[in-house]
Amino acid sequence: MAEQIRIGVFVCNCGSNIAGYLDVKALAEYAKILPHVVFVRENLYTCSENGINEIKAAIKEQGLNRVVVASCTPRTHEPLFRGTCAEAGLNPYLFEMVNIRDQCSWVHMQEKEKGTTKAKDLIRMGVAKAALLKPQEPIQSEMDPRALVIGGGIAGMTAAMALGNRGYEVTLIEKSGELGGLLLKLDKLAPSGADAVAVARKQADLVRRHPNIHLLLSTHIDEVNGYIGHFQVSASTNGSKTQFGTGVIVVATGARVFRPAGLYGYDGEKVITQLELEEVFKSGAFAAKNVVMIQCVGARNDERKYCSRICCMVAIKNAIEIKEKSPETGVKVLYRDIQAYGTENEALLQRAKELGVIFIKYDPARPPRVEAGKVIVHHDLLGREIELPQDLVVLSTPLVAGEDNEAISKLLRVSLDANKFFLEGHVKLKPLDFATDGIYLCGNAHYPATVREAVSQALGAASRASIPLSKGVMSVEPIVSTLVDEDACRGCGLCVALCPYGALEIVRGEKGRKVRVIPVACKGCGICAATCYHHALSVNSYSDAQIGEQIRAFLEESA
Amino acid sequence: MRKKARYVNEDLCTGCGSCAEKCPTPAVDTFNTGIGQRKAIYKYFAQGIPSVFTIDAPSCRQLGQGKKCGVCAKTCQAKAIDFEQKDRMVEIEAGAIVMATGYDVFDPSVIPEYGYGRIKNVVTALEFERLLSASGPTAGHLDRPSELTLEKEIEETGKEVRKLSARIKQLEEKQGKTSDEVISQVKAGASDEPLVEWAKQAESLAEMQAALAAMNRKMAAATTAKKLAFIQCVGSRDFRFNRYCSSYCCMHSVKEAMIANEHDREVHSSIFCMDLRAVGRGFEEYKLRGGQQANIEYIRGRVAEITEDEAKNPVVWFESTTERHVKSEVFDMVVLAAACVPSAGTARLAQLAGVELDTNGFVKTDPLMPLATTRPGIFVCGCAQGPMDIPESVAQASSAAACAAEAVIGAQITLKATA
Repeated sequence: MAEQIRIGVFVCNCGSNIAGYLDVKALAEYAKILPHVVFVRENLYTCSENGINEIKAAIKEQGLNRVVVASCTPRTHEPLFRGTCAEAGLNPYLFEMVNIRDQCSWVHMQEKEKGTTKAKDLIRMGVAKAALLKPQEPIQSEMDPRALVIGGGIAGMTAAMALGNRGYEVTLIEKSGELGGLLLKLDKLAPSGADAVAVARKQADLVRRHPNIHLLLSTHIDEVNGYIGHFQVSASTNGSKTQFGTGVIVVATGARVFRPAGLYGYDGEKVITQLELEEVFKSGAFAAKNVVMIQCVGARNDERKYCSRICCMVAIKNAIEIKEKSPETGVKVLYRDIQAYGTENEALLQRAKELGVIFIKYDPARPPRVEAGKVIVHHDLLGREIELPQDLVVLSTPLVAGEDNEAISKLLRVSLDANKFFLEGHVKLKPLDFATDGIYLCGNAHYPATVREAVSQALGAASRASIPLSKGVMSVEPIVSTLVDEDACRGCGLCVALCPYGALEIVRGEKGRKVRVIPVACKGCGICAATCYHHALSVNSYSDAQIGEQIRAFLEESA
Repeated sequence: MRKKARYVNEDLCTGCGSCAEKCPTPAVDTFNTGIGQRKAIYKYFAQGIPSVFTIDAPSCRQLGQGKKCGVCAKTCQAKAIDFEQKDRMVEIEAGAIVMATGYDVFDPSVIPEYGYGRIKNVVTALEFERLLSASGPTAGHLDRPSELTLEKEIEETGKEVRKLSARIKQLEEKQGKTSDEVISQVKAGASDEPLVEWAKQAESLAEMQAALAAMNRKMAAATTAKKLAFIQCVGSRDFRFNRYCSSYCCMHSVKEAMIANEHDREVHSSIFCMDLRAVGRGFEEYKLRGGQQANIEYIRGRVAEITEDEAKNPVVWFESTTERHVKSEVFDMVVLAAACVPSAGTARLAQLAGVELDTNGFVKTDPLMPLATTRPGIFVCGCAQGPMDIPESVAQASSAAACAAEAVIGAQITLKATA
């Protein structure tokens, strides 16, 4: 006898995130009349312990064999609800999530009625699909216990050391011929006052001597295939190719300092960047009598909207260094907002003021003008223009995304943000993970960071990476492509050519040429299933029948 | 370590909440920053983990006041209530310690000119957060504290009125005359003691009814808060209190102003700041969006004083430094972005753990070893080492775990080598 489908629907208020904009009560009432639905519950937060317990209780007491949660996004909460089903003894793949927050209440905040109707459609579709869900078992795969760290700056070196110290074999790849990254170009670090080059060299020595770290300098990555636990990396060092496997990857590729060509008369001599000022410090050639620094050059504008976080502190640090080297030199900092966040930074700002550094606020609508021997600025507080004498203008420019970021993001299949920095999995809860399993990020690759922050993130990324490394065996999601109809497959190989993950191959067997799926490499994107002329391939939990049923339910007149 | 008694057996409690439903004793709701009430047996907040109830002993009739009660014990089907539970001393051995003890919010009542505690509609950002919250005491509506107090007064006065009028009605029925007759009799010179008393009570009832009507009229005319002021750097970047910047408050003010506007598109917010510090990914963009789409105005200026007008509206006195003159503006509510300060127990914990604090009272770290305290094997993450936002705290938590793991594994290797 066919199994009797018993669906439970849980509609989440998400505080006011959903309930503030949709009629949740009406949604719950509506869910009750849908086919196979035997139980409906409305929760303030379905993800709270109470909500979770209600799901578990309902599975047991109501004999539910399908669970639908209408709430937020599966990106953050599907694992939790699947786990809940599993704990109550229900196969976790008999769970379906309906996103009525990100795709409904948040985008229809001013349209309660229409939004509610849409949410009803979404729930009806989810329930229709749930009825056809089939149990799945996770795919087990062995974990390659090695790590790859990309980038040999302070973040990359710190991450490599942390993983090496935990006993994992680490390959550290640096594209230049030297370890140290941006630190090699700096003079002193704030607030420690430590010599940046010395800090970088000390860490580089530890890395070179570390028995678990395999260092590849002047090396580019050509190709990365595979998935968590089983990445295959091809790299070339001065033309010679190497290949190796790794279980996890840490991205620590850093960032570049923006070169302000064409701005404020930048010439690299009398109008220079903060980075060039540090080179002047290092060469011992600093001799200016009146320095004017200008903040937000090329940042917080239409082209580059973001605040680069560290430039105010760089300016303050260098202003202090000038005052300590040469107290009679005048230093003026023209700023929009001084970003001296936290305890140490604010203390440095106060120290700069005590040393006589003058901070002048300007309005971006009336930016300073650099002229021969002077800078003219509209003083926002005096309400008039003032002239500042200068024999050196220093421009504080933002850090911009590394030039290789787009190439690396394609190689690793991870996301970038609008400014081409690497994008973490979740802004609050997964700041060091990518959305793709087994790949982590830290330092300036993520967003401009101080050395303190970069080191902290690097240790954290290493910690995150060590979690799968320590497990030995990985469980991979079974939402993958399956050859559901071997006879239908003609072995044409169209799907093999289109698969972006190398997860399909053609093998010759008793029945001739047939496609074979490598489940652990498959990401479940569905290109193969959509392409196959003969419907021989299907993605688990996204079969033609399941999606067809969803579409049918959508087209049904809503009650 | 002392594990405090919660008077509820954690293994038995199912978190069903029927105890709190039946508990007869109201107490101040600390999670909702004192706005609203909870019961003496309570769960700190809805999503709290573990989902287990706790008795607030000083408020409890049985535990704190020595009266007979035990309603919760009678109600609890799981038999989880245990009035005999005692504090327990717990000892554990560990190879490394991570301090993640967080922070406290600065008490702005020590700044007299801002009137916090004296002016009802001046609240802290955390209190405002509870008012904005759907699971908070106002279900997310921006009811002003002055109206919340008025509501309470109306309820109390209403109760008194009902009590008194019942008593008078009883008298009228028993004696067969109306209160008005009694009042005229007394006015005409009747000095019979019970009659005088009756008249007095009848008059005070009339007064109370009039007052109640006035309060109800006021309440009916009240709307939710529409015009908000956010004041930055309350207790931080202020040499009288804390010299440092609390780092996250600029963004939480922008966020709260954004959410208030999402709840009610008529809400307008003015954020008074020295520098608006929006330094994380997407923060500057978020700030700009607030200005363009959520009725937020950023005003550069430090607020000098907050006064109160007759309608309980806070009046903000400030110099707009960009306009260069002193102004005052009336708001419905003022939100103070109070500083992040070391949590109350930090100094004692540091002493016990043998770690040093920095000049601000946070746990001291080295900029190049950001998780290490001054004592090997003890690490610190999050706001215990200084103010920081959620992503940085979460990242640091992973980092501290890495440091602790390395310390433990390193120690194991050393032990093996020396064994």
